[in-house]
Amino acid sequence: MTTVDNPGSAPPATDRTASGLRARLVVDRLAFRLDIDLTVAPGEVVALLGPNGAGKTTALRALAGLTPLTSGRIDLDGTCLDDAAGTFVPPERRGVGVVFQDYLLFPHLSALENVAFGPRCRGASRAEARAIAHEWLVRVGLADLAGRRPRQLSGGQAQRVALARALALRPALLLLDEPLAALDARTRLDTRAELHRHLADHPGATLVVTHDPLDAFVLADRLVIIENGRVVQEGDAAAVTARPRTDYVARLVGLNLYRGRGEGHTVTLPAGLTVTTADPVHGDAFVAFPPAAVALHPDPPQGSPRNTWSATVTGVTRHGDYVRVQLAGGPGEASADITPAAAAALRLAPGRRLWAAVKATETRAYPAG
Amino acid sequence: MVTDTSSGPSAPDQPTSTVDRRRSARRLARRRVPAPLAVPAVVALAFLVLPLVGLVVRAPWPTLPQRLTEPEVLAALRLSLVAATFATGVCLVLGVPLAWLLARVDFPGRRLVRALVTVPLVLPPVVGGLALLLLLGRRGVIGQWLDRWFDVTIPFTTTAVVIAEAFVAMPFLVIAVEGALRGVDDRYEEAAATLGASRWTTFRRVTLPLVAPGIAAGSVLCWARALGEFGATITFAGNFPGRTQTMPLSVYLLLETDPPAAIVLSLVLLAVSVAILVALREKWIGSPA
Repeated sequence: MTTVDNPGSAPPATDRTASGLRARLVVDRLAFRLDIDLTVAPGEVVALLGPNGAGKTTALRALAGLTPLTSGRIDLDGTCLDDAAGTFVPPERRGVGVVFQDYLLFPHLSALENVAFGPRCRGASRAEARAIAHEWLVRVGLADLAGRRPRQLSGGQAQRVALARALALRPALLLLDEPLAALDARTRLDTRAELHRHLADHPGATLVVTHDPLDAFVLADRLVIIENGRVVQEGDAAAVTARPRTDYVARLVGLNLYRGRGEGHTVTLPAGLTVTTADPVHGDAFVAFPPAAVALHPDPPQGSPRNTWSATVTGVTRHGDYVRVQLAGGPGEASADITPAAAAALRLAPGRRLWAAVKATETRAYPAG
Repeated sequence: MVTDTSSGPSAPDQPTSTVDRRRSARRLARRRVPAPLAVPAVVALAFLVLPLVGLVVRAPWPTLPQRLTEPEVLAALRLSLVAATFATGVCLVLGVPLAWLLARVDFPGRRLVRALVTVPLVLPPVVGGLALLLLLGRRGVIGQWLDRWFDVTIPFTTTAVVIAEAFVAMPFLVIAVEGALRGVDDRYEEAAATLGASRWTTFRRVTLPLVAPGIAAGSVLCWARALGEFGATITFAGNFPGRTQTMPLSVYLLLETDPPAAIVLSLVLLAVSVAILVALREKWIGSPA
């Protein structure tokens, strides 16, 4: 078993002063292992972002108590919920609210009864529970639909009922699993803005699981990006966008990303290419640049051979008023955005060989270590 | 999300082009059923339906109302309905938890338990009746203690009728409810847990309402099976008018002494069966929940 030697991730047995979520989640599932550290302060919204199969839902289930930890520990407001040994607080006693991806509103109960379900289970009288539920439906703007069954609600309305149901227990930790994935594009826009408002008001810790970077950027104060069960990057939206650390994150934020060795203002990438960069960097380093910084030429460009490589077109797609060209060769896969006119002049087609060049001033270099 | 089913693209077929015509011709060709299948199929249908037709044709219709109100008939009818209803009650109280256990709890030997539950389904009812007698009879494995300690004798009482019927009918309920439980997304139960519901509360407030249609269908099947029970009842409970003589039993006996009366009772049982089929079809099989 891995021993925890980082003091920040392993709080002492019971620390009443610690508030919010502090967790080290290790869950083994067949050949897959989730192993991440997570902290969420009260009032903070953290997005757990990652591709499908990265372990996001496993992490959420472990926090909710629906999947026990293989190893690690979960503390919420100083109380241990699961230490993978003796302590395991079952989901019904955790004070962790969950908004499920497909909401899972009880189909046989009205919207009001769905929201009242939690307070009722926590010992409120029928009348009290209904009063609390009504108050929450008012907050999410659905008081007039209180009597409706879930199947009579639209996707956006069902999402708000699910949110009200989870919040009605005033959970110390609120978990949302792909909260906007089940909505169509138009509803998603409105719901995202409204969800942001409710999450900002929530005094407890909030963790949003999503594979959509836009949801993460809009809803969360901080991003934790996981791939293959491991945290690959953490930080606020600006930091992540500026300095992606994996291909997945680079693609999320729309940048080309390469790893090489920096020596001052040059970084040597695999395949022998040397890139001149605006930022000085030493040792193991990343180089990132936007697709719009890549220029394409039919012949080897004159002048500096640096920042230039021979590439093969693997795909061409139209995006609004520019053309996205996928390239292979040189340092690896790259995207270039050029104008339709340039695309026509270059006679772009898959298999065509070109020269790609990137301007030093538009690259960003930063240490990888 | 919310889809409008009223304006679905279900325009009627209009074979206008040659392709369409060829396709409908092929459909016609496919409709021609080969004789080696058609003939036995029709015979099978006749075999199933004609005896019932015979029952209806031979029924003493003019004297039917008078015969139906005869005290023996009414007593048998009443006993049958009461016993089948009690038996269904017993099956519900015991069978639904058993179905839940089979569907939701992963315990060792679950497959064996499920197999055991279905035994009464394939066991000849007479054997079931005999087995009950050996267990609960005056000198049975448990019956002797009931007799000695509590002065309770079960065989040849109305209680015995209920037990015999419950024994034979319970598998129908357990299998139907277990199937319904497996059909319900158990993540609803997880959602209930995250809202603070204990397993028992979850069962009462979420699981039970969600499987209610399955329980209803299972109860009806169970009740119908109990109502028609013959072999286990006559073996374990005997044949005492007013006490253990249910409708199937009196049909069998009246056939010797008063055949028209037997037909009348059979007709009643047939009517009940058809009513159940119709109810099941329209209410539960056709449109779940």
